[in-house]
Amino acid sequence: MQRSTTSRGILLGALAACAALTGCAAWQAPQAWEKGALARPDMVMGGDALSQRFEQHIYSSKENASGGYGVGGGGCGCN
Amino acid sequence: MNPSRSASHRVLAILVGCVALGTVTLPARALAPGQSLPISNVSGKDAAALPLVDGKARVTYIDFWASWCGPCRQSFPWMNRMQDKFGAKGLRIVAVNLDAKRADAQDFLAQLPARFELGFDSGGAAARQFGVKTMPSSVLVGPDGKVIAVHNGFREEDEAELEQRIAAALARP
Repeated sequence: MQRSTTSRGILLGALAACAALTGCAAWQAPQAWEKGALARPDMVMGGDALSQRFEQHIYSSKENASGGYGVGGGGCGCN
Repeated sequence: MNPSRSASHRVLAILVGCVALGTVTLPARALAPGQSLPISNVSGKDAAALPLVDGKARVTYIDFWASWCGPCRQSFPWMNRMQDKFGAKGLRIVAVNLDAKRADAQDFLAQLPARFELGFDSGGAAARQFGVKTMPSSVLVGPDGKVIAVHNGFREEDEAELEQRIAAALARP
């Protein structure tokens, strides 16, 4: 099939860009000892305790959902 | 070869190279019982090399901790008790700090002084070699320098089991 040189160039460039993106697989999640910044109190997802209680009450009464907040997942990775 | 084919070959080579690059970096494997230690020293308090297995202790308990790690606050008093209780029987505890800033570690130690040896690994090189997956992690090492057990995390419920392991390791001839 005949392709003009510019469209071939664009195709090859696109393929090369896609291939280069596979290098993103080399990125790793932070190691356990690198999570010091996540352990700070200001890094907790919820607000203060009272607003957290309000939100959890809303989740449980409207959606019958619970959990998924608190210490787990942040900081130590000890769970 | 005409130019279009060599260009396609080049793209194929780039593709293969990128996929290879993606697979090259693998996470460190955690230690298994029976393996020997991946490194022999860490930095001590005054930047001198601190051997992990000093040849005199019968059992070494290597603990990886950091100032921001909550369970580490619970583990320090327990480790002090273990060192007091089993030190004469040949237990040596080495707690390797993984804080990026030494000042954070020193603040922690001012609140919870340690009666055992301390190592410092701010870059995380030793932790990577040991395959540390949680904070804190501990490795129990026998007199031959081989791993007896690895323990992830620290909870009050674990204290009895860990103490039993240490006592059993010390009781071995």
